[in-house]
Amino acid sequence: MKIFKDRIFKFLIIIFTIISILPLFFIFFIILKKGLSVINLNFLLSLPKPPGETGGGILNAIVGTFLLIFIASLISIPLGIFLGIFLYEYKKRKIGEICYIFIDVLQGIPSIVIGIVAYIWIVKKMGHFSAFSGGFALFLILLPIVIKSTKETLDMIPFDLIETSLSLGITYPRTILKVVLPCGMSGMMSGILVGIGRISGETAPLLFTAFGSPFLNLNILKPISSLPHLIFTYTMSPYDDWHRQAWGCALLLIMIILSLNIISKIIVKKWKIEF
Amino acid sequence: MENRILKIEDFSAGYGNLTILKNINLEISKNKITAIMGPSGCGKTTLIRCINRMHELKKDAFHYGKIYLENENIFNMNPVILRRKVGMVFQKPNPFPHMSIYENVLAGYLINGIKLKKAEKDIIVEETLKKVALWDEVKDKLYLRGTYLSGGQQQRLCIARTLALKPEILLLDEPTSSLDPKSTFEIERLLEKLKENLTIIIVTHNISQASRISDYVAFLYLGELVEFGKSEKVFTSPTNKKTEEYLSGKFG
Amino acid sequence: MINTEKVYKKIIGIGGVIIIGLLLSIFITLFLNSLPTIKKFGFKFLINKTWDPVFENFGALPFIIGTILTSIISLIISVPFSLSLSLFIGEYYRDTFISKVFETFIEIIAVIPSVIFGLWGLFYLAPIIRSLQLKFSLPPTGVSIFTASLILSIMIIPYATSIGKEVIKLVPIDLKEAAFSFGATRYEVVKKIIFPYARSGIFAGFLLSFGRAIGETMAVTMVIGNSNFLTFNILKSGNTIASIIANEFTEAVETLHLTSLIELGLILFLITFIINFFAHFFVIKRKIIEI
Repeated sequence: MKIFKDRIFKFLIIIFTIISILPLFFIFFIILKKGLSVINLNFLLSLPKPPGETGGGILNAIVGTFLLIFIASLISIPLGIFLGIFLYEYKKRKIGEICYIFIDVLQGIPSIVIGIVAYIWIVKKMGHFSAFSGGFALFLILLPIVIKSTKETLDMIPFDLIETSLSLGITYPRTILKVVLPCGMSGMMSGILVGIGRISGETAPLLFTAFGSPFLNLNILKPISSLPHLIFTYTMSPYDDWHRQAWGCALLLIMIILSLNIISKIIVKKWKIEF
Repeated sequence: MENRILKIEDFSAGYGNLTILKNINLEISKNKITAIMGPSGCGKTTLIRCINRMHELKKDAFHYGKIYLENENIFNMNPVILRRKVGMVFQKPNPFPHMSIYENVLAGYLINGIKLKKAEKDIIVEETLKKVALWDEVKDKLYLRGTYLSGGQQQRLCIARTLALKPEILLLDEPTSSLDPKSTFEIERLLEKLKENLTIIIVTHNISQASRISDYVAFLYLGELVEFGKSEKVFTSPTNKKTEEYLSGKFG
Repeated sequence: MINTEKVYKKIIGIGGVIIIGLLLSIFITLFLNSLPTIKKFGFKFLINKTWDPVFENFGALPFIIGTILTSIISLIISVPFSLSLSLFIGEYYRDTFISKVFETFIEIIAVIPSVIFGLWGLFYLAPIIRSLQLKFSLPPTGVSIFTASLILSIMIIPYATSIGKEVIKLVPIDLKEAAFSFGATRYEVVKKIIFPYARSGIFAGFLLSFGRAIGETMAVTMVIGNSNFLTFNILKSGNTIASIIANEFTEAVETLHLTSLIELGLILFLITFIINFFAHFFVIKRKIIEI
């Protein structure tokens, strides 16, 4: 009886594992198959055709995604590293603990709510949708990721290293900036890259900030398209050709995110600093 | 006493409600090697960490009493300035992992933002590495990371990094305890050469090492200084019973 | 010079002001901008089942129910699967080739953006649901609360598994070996040793997954059908708090419509705030590493 129960349980686990892995494989396979049949140079390098017409590409969305990521990173990375150092320096105090929980909370806010906040703060003030407001929304999502990755990397730097630096008559702030931060750089970078991957797939906060645009645009004060937003509008459109293109966008987006993740793993391995 | 550089006066220190050093009085002579010995937990590391005010970095650390560096109480000095005058080398070789050998030697200058001309840098690096007898081994790979060197070489690099700041006193906290006998021997030889221009205080576990290199020996037991004197005398005829037992290997 | 450290700490301390200020101003912004709705409807907003932009009568009940239905159903569906996967990778076939493959694969799936799950759901899951709806003689749209729940559960599984397998791996080997030496079967070890030990971590994992399901927007918006009527029939169309915001925010021209949507955002903010707060304490108190 005892053995029987054990066997049944193991059997169930294997069955459930297979059932849960199968749709995941299926999704991945479909995206790969459908996406590969769409992606070619023309698709990547031309602009969309007017609604209903076949052909055209997604250059506007590719450029838009990179511009949005750029805006978001430009603000989040310095600010996030600064706030990460704050959490590291104040971790033993109440204020540091509270702020750490707050960062967790900030990270847990649904991205659609972040979109509302960016809308009220930027779009409403400026009076129109813009790439900047979209970048700002993504910044709010990336920020807690940068902060946590900085703090967790700094926590792993041995205190010996700080002591050594101080024993050389180096001031404490310089020790942090010139010894501790550089030593943690690879860890921080890899966390930040994974975070950038995460925001590059965010759609909800862009719906009413960056809004989308069928044109090639580099002006951050104008609306802009992005890969995830294009996938959304194309999927919800009535046109078969746009549906087809949505799969190409999806594959491209996944490839971008996966390469960011792979680069981050390589950075951790290659630049790893031994203590 | 000939040419005193450091004077420790009625000095006690510890953490929280644990007193580690009890009322230490000690004078250190210039250009000599003073070894601080004693069983584990006797407070020898705490003592040298107090001399360049590293002790106060630990949580709940406290101290009473005075330490004079050439008649100036170190606790009235800026710790940053003090630590450049009183350098320290730790038990485990710890070159900065993100810096090259060249940069490691200059770390005290570079990280502190002290501007040097390229020629000045080159001179300091070459001179200092020669002082620690590392120049010939590394002169062709100055741009490799410091962590690529062997343990003994790393420790000499760490000594060089401290010496580059031209300190008056060099504190060494069991600098050879993680090294093999050959590297240990090289470091000992190096220290004997260095004392011509430098006062050295070394904490060591190793009785024969102390007897080989030191001019003076201080013996600490349970936080108290139980014996201090010229090495020849302490090693041959210790006055304190505890010292005698320790030296003959009865405990440690 | 002597004060550099103090000056540095002061400057760094500004970080605390920024963090607290940021979170507070997000809350205050949402609160102030939903004031017109709060003033007009008060607590009735939460129990009013009508959402009518034309007559400016706004109630959140259909979306609160929609959110609860989708997130709870998806959690219930995903639990046996993510637990099995966690045990498979973290215990039964730990460190084997097949587990490594599964782990990598789950990592890959976990980074797929929500909108792509929506795309897949609309073209591959909806047709299956369509036939189900026909059986119950409902309009065969394919989009429904159940479709959204299924997509959500597929999205949650990789997330809950990645936390679950880590906490299961953390169970000390000597504990398990001791049990085996008493002649316990693997099933008994799982039940008596692994589950009690990893319970709080697994629970925190599900709590965080639940929080994620509640706030999940894109995939849900694409397959839920966007109907603003209250329903408990999961094969019918519905809306969640997140999906109604995604759908109507850009179209809302009347002040009250917009502020009602913002109040829905505020509700979502508060719910996820509470969930994350509790998950944080579960993880911290039991000293289990959050992944």
